[in-house]
Amino acid sequence: MPTPPPRAGRTPVSADAPLEIRGRGGRAPDVFEPRGWMPMRQYRRDEPVDFLIVGTGAGGATLAARLAEHGFSVVGLDAGPWFRPLEDFASDEAAQTKLYWTDDRLSGGENPLQLGSNNSGKAVGGSTVHFAMVSLRFRPAWFKSRTLLGYGADWPIDWREMWHYYAEVEQALKIAGPVSYPWGPKRPRYPYRAHELNAAGLALAESCEKMGMAWTETPLATLSAPRGRAHPCVYRGFCTLGCSTNAKQSALVTWIPRAVAAGAEIRDQAMAGRIEVDADGRATGVHYHRDGAWRFQRARNVVVAGYAIETPRLLLNSATDRYRDGLANRSGLVGRYLTVQANQAAWGLLPREVRWYKGPPSLALTEHWNYDDQKDFFGGYCYMSQGPLPQLWANTLASARGLWGAPLMAAMENYNHQVGFKIVGEMLPQLRNRVTLADTRDQYGLPIARVEYSWCDNDRALIQHALGTMTEALQVIDASDIWQQTDDTCHMNGTARMGSDPETSVVDADCRSWDHPNLWVCDGSVFPTVGGVNPSLTIQAIACRTADRIRAMADRGELERPHHAARQALPV
Amino acid sequence: MPDRFPGYDVLAKRHTPSWNEQTRRVIDARLAIPRTPRFFTEAEYATVEALAARIVPQPAQRPPVPVAALVDTKLLENQQDGYRDPAMPPEREAWRRGLLALDADAEAAHGAPFRALEGTQQDALLRQMEAGQLHGSAWVGLPPATFFKHRLLRDIVMAYFSHPTAWSEIGWGGPASPRGYVRMGYDARDPWEAAEAHADPAAARRKNARVG
Repeated sequence: MPTPPPRAGRTPVSADAPLEIRGRGGRAPDVFEPRGWMPMRQYRRDEPVDFLIVGTGAGGATLAARLAEHGFSVVGLDAGPWFRPLEDFASDEAAQTKLYWTDDRLSGGENPLQLGSNNSGKAVGGSTVHFAMVSLRFRPAWFKSRTLLGYGADWPIDWREMWHYYAEVEQALKIAGPVSYPWGPKRPRYPYRAHELNAAGLALAESCEKMGMAWTETPLATLSAPRGRAHPCVYRGFCTLGCSTNAKQSALVTWIPRAVAAGAEIRDQAMAGRIEVDADGRATGVHYHRDGAWRFQRARNVVVAGYAIETPRLLLNSATDRYRDGLANRSGLVGRYLTVQANQAAWGLLPREVRWYKGPPSLALTEHWNYDDQKDFFGGYCYMSQGPLPQLWANTLASARGLWGAPLMAAMENYNHQVGFKIVGEMLPQLRNRVTLADTRDQYGLPIARVEYSWCDNDRALIQHALGTMTEALQVIDASDIWQQTDDTCHMNGTARMGSDPETSVVDADCRSWDHPNLWVCDGSVFPTVGGVNPSLTIQAIACRTADRIRAMADRGELERPHHAARQALPV
Repeated sequence: MPDRFPGYDVLAKRHTPSWNEQTRRVIDARLAIPRTPRFFTEAEYATVEALAARIVPQPAQRPPVPVAALVDTKLLENQQDGYRDPAMPPEREAWRRGLLALDADAEAAHGAPFRALEGTQQDALLRQMEAGQLHGSAWVGLPPATFFKHRLLRDIVMAYFSHPTAWSEIGWGGPASPRGYVRMGYDARDPWEAAEAHADPAAARRKNARVG
């Protein structure tokens, strides 16, 4: 491995000092207890574990927990620190940027993506530590959008199977949602009751009723009643900056403790640099950087779960003489079909005080345009009420509305009266939108990612439709000073898409690479299409399904080795 | 500018259940940062102060938010956004080169560095930068419109609104852990939230005196 250059000088002057490595010495941080610990099994690096998982976000943490619970030996690596929210998370936008992936990346194309705080986490728990908790199921037809709706690509998975796994994840996270959901096929009741609407949510509800569209309380992964050692949400409104009370059902406080309790080892601040493959093309382990040195963990199976930028980056950075274009890349599609979601907004002012900073940011939503096919474009969108905190809102006014000087200061005085709606809209997969490697190297000595993104005509048509709908929604509730934010996107998927043909996909329906029988991808990268809802619930459902499929394959003797030796691993 | 939230001070809540220890720690550190350049040179620092006065103009009757010091500290700590236009250098280099290029344009147009110009002259230069219409040779490899929107504007605006003084001015509740909020609907104010002046500034001032 390359020798890393000295770290770019991050001197802890005003921010908190960087965290120590916490997952070692036979113990892991207990996230429910300040300075608390829980025992954690440890595995030797020179003996192969059944599954080595790179990344511990929605995909990796879920898979780690379920595989460990199925009896496999599991090690999870995460590049970020292992926080205890109760002691480590401040109520402060600037300080909490420590949750984001802020290592250098290039972002270009005709419509460059905003990364960092927008969609990229670097912590045990991944982006779920700062996600907005919106937990929606796909519309069933999206799993066959090519066949049924005429665009995108079909998934190799049936929606009815997904319906089963959605229910499993909703139970695992105690999703708080409405008694009956207005769209799609029947689903079970949400485990916890819906949260009370704040004024921003009431504004969405009122506007929908006036426009004749259904709306509902957003199913959210934050507690509306106690659960174990976690209290219900206190509506502090800092959800996308990390939940300091543990009400948020992030992977950090759900799947990770489950994984550790079931015998998995999680190694924090462990940055994967390269997957090793043998002469037969089988993965043998991963080189990773931790505690100042490169190390190598042997494994019978390697799972890449770094999300849609780091996953292809690792596969591409693992190129060998035999696999010159990177691992799992016979199709040439690793890094291709990067597909984000449109995230445009309409904003306005109400005479009454809204104080949108209280409560989870998106308490109410409508999926009306996900289920209405009388549109002149492919795909759909939902939109939700919003509650950006002052730094984010000021930067939105500055960068998207072009305000600075006295007009910016005057607009910020109206902060407590601001209201707005934002879409999560389906963009179409395009071959040209992609992740590649740049010449620049990061602090580990690894080539950084270059991301290129350009909208297509259909994306623009969807955005225009959504902006029109949301503007009307603000008009019908008599908002003033309405303006449209046209530039934003969110979520990232698709750079290692699943399919049923090795020539047109990177992994199969079980998230297993077509090229290497013991190399898997389990995160949003596998999405062939993104739909018009937030992806986290689907990522976790796919991970639960993958764990069950792996167990079934192991039971049939179709994996590298049976997993019966799992419990015999020795502590280091 | 009329006082919309008379007497409201987020810092009055510092010892209430709205602030926990880790929040006090990071806010205290922010309030205590040195008001002197540590990353920038003296001249660069003075230019950033001049830029901040145009981007986030502050009322004269209260202690100013030290915007230049906050930007300087961010760069000293090398806090990055996590992405950049391929045509743009990383944060630190972008700031250094952008300030150099801005001064070169100021000298060419007015015979003086940016910080020495009149406010209207400064605004005119900033509008040109925003529109990508600065063409001095120092902008080669640093698109002026991108520098303005993604570096200069972003860092200055985010610095200003990271400060409790700015939070008090807009009536935001500020830090809220572990207490959070209870009253969620329209015009629903928790007793520890800012009261807006409306027609009765004296009543609002009385309420705001009790948020702590």
